Amino acid sequence: MTVIATESLSKRYPRVTALDRLTLDITPGVTGLVGANGAGKSTLIKILLGLSPATEGTARVLDMDVHTEGAAIRERVGYMPEHDCLPPDVTATEFVVHMARMSGLPGTAARERTADTLRHVGLYEERYRPMGGYSTGMKQRVKLAQALVHDPRLVLLDEPTNGLDPVGRDEMLGLIRRVHTDFGISVLVTSHLLGELERTSDHIVVIDGGKLLRSSSTREFTQHTASITVEVTDTDAHPDGTAALREALARAGLSPQSPSEANAPGAGHLLTLPLDDESVYDTVRDAAAELGLGLVRMEQSRHRIAEVFKERSGADAA
Amino acid sequence: MPPERTAPAPAAQRGQDVIHNIGYRSYEGPRLGRSYARRALFTQSLRGAYGLGRSAKSKVLPMLLFAVVCVPAAIIVAVAVFAKQKELAVGNAEYVLMLQPVIGIYLAAVAPQAISLDLRFKTTPLYFSRPIERGDYVAAKYAALSAALFVFTAVPVLIMYIGALLAKLDFGEQTKFLAQGIVFCALFALLHAGIAGFIAALTPRRGFGIAAIIVTLTIPYFLINALQAIPGPDSHVVGWLGLGSPGTLMDGIQSSFLGGDSQFPYGAKPTGGEGIAYLLVYVLLTVGAYLLLTRRYRKAGL
Repeated sequence: MTVIATESLSKRYPRVTALDRLTLDITPGVTGLVGANGAGKSTLIKILLGLSPATEGTARVLDMDVHTEGAAIRERVGYMPEHDCLPPDVTATEFVVHMARMSGLPGTAARERTADTLRHVGLYEERYRPMGGYSTGMKQRVKLAQALVHDPRLVLLDEPTNGLDPVGRDEMLGLIRRVHTDFGISVLVTSHLLGELERTSDHIVVIDGGKLLRSSSTREFTQHTASITVEVTDTDAHPDGTAALREALARAGLSPQSPSEANAPGAGHLLTLPLDDESVYDTVRDAAAELGLGLVRMEQSRHRIAEVFKERSGADAA
Repeated sequence: MPPERTAPAPAAQRGQDVIHNIGYRSYEGPRLGRSYARRALFTQSLRGAYGLGRSAKSKVLPMLLFAVVCVPAAIIVAVAVFAKQKELAVGNAEYVLMLQPVIGIYLAAVAPQAISLDLRFKTTPLYFSRPIERGDYVAAKYAALSAALFVFTAVPVLIMYIGALLAKLDFGEQTKFLAQGIVFCALFALLHAGIAGFIAALTPRRGFGIAAIIVTLTIPYFLINALQAIPGPDSHVVGWLGLGSPGTLMDGIQSSFLGGDSQFPYGAKPTGGEGIAYLLVYVLLTVGAYLLLTRRYRKAGL
């Protein structure tokens, strides 16, 4: 079964082509839609909600045609916009109840579902306060709640981590994961950061310039791209700690490399390692300890779409 | 394929007590669709126009203004009852026209609240990503604004009717006045809600909306009134000039068709042909304002 299926979907405006013969098949689960700004993510969402006719091609959402069954689709799909959309003088409860009724839920059900949903997204006493005083994180939660309040079968989340600090970002990503695992609702989430979608999504679709660049399961994706960055201190015994570690790791059967942006400040002290499995972390730790080097950092690299491009152009050249 | 859940599969396999995941409850109840959503939006907006369901602060102004339009009606009625008058001092339509400044302030407070806020805070995409469509949204908002204004003007008219009956004035005649008054209030509400709604939709800024509505409803009215006083009492120009503002337009309609006294200088009434012109301009303005309002939302998508 597919949740979203498009067939050579195109959207052309007089001056730009927003989507160019996009063919997608999205199955239940969390799907990350990655693309730079202007890649066509928002256009795709508009078409999927039946609000903007495609220039050519077809799209089906939950097995309903976007062109003819838009209203039925919008009844069973939730949408969280990228921008701010909350009136400041209303409380979260009042607002979400109203939105539930706009989705067709009768009064009592709307109030019950609102209380449930706000609790699930992690809003408690705050929900009785006007939303004008909320932090960005709380606002994002209300926006998510209004998209979930009518128990949709699919939610479209447009850049839900926008404007959040790292902790808020992690919480939001965890919440999105739960929308699928705990609530049983399929998710299409857009972002321009590939790294953060890798952690939440089952499947990742990369589009650029309205064209499909890549569509594969997250596991397949990370196998090719996951790596860690390591930085160590220099000691008296090893004046160049980085070089010493590089040798030690090479002996241990790993293939450490200098980072791709070699001329970036401090890049000389960094090593990147392909993250084949979890034991890589242990190997690095042990090697550093043996040499008596201080481990400054060891972090999973965040991939940006640029790397997908690079990989692609590399593949083209080969 | 049913979606996977974090249901306690391992626990179930062990055959021990199963802790069911009751965290999230799905909704199996009815989904009432577009027409229900339209009605709900209408009710919410209508209540909002009187500050109901909103903060205590936002109730003050609408309720105060509502009292301001009702109290004079009660006084007129009280005078009629105690002085045993043969008729009320002021006709229904006249009364509404006299209170136009108050109505203008009310509309200026209510229309931006009902219409500009959704545009300003970009809430409209949340509506249009639901079964409700642009046409439904505009219809519900326009109907709510009209209904709020109708209640605002028709309640004083009703007070005067009840008072007239208490003063033992002629029942048949008073009922006829009431019917004419109600029709006038409805026409008045439809036109003014259209104009105020359209102006409010033009600007997402509430302050601008308030100012623009007051200006549009008052300046042309006083300007036309002044201009009408210039030509002599026999001039036909007075009637034609009356087409120039919403207030004088409504005045002409009530004196031509609804048996009221004209507020024009010298008590001039639009004559036959002019009367038709008044109706035409009325329809044109009301329908035009509604279509422009709908047009405003064509671009207000996601």
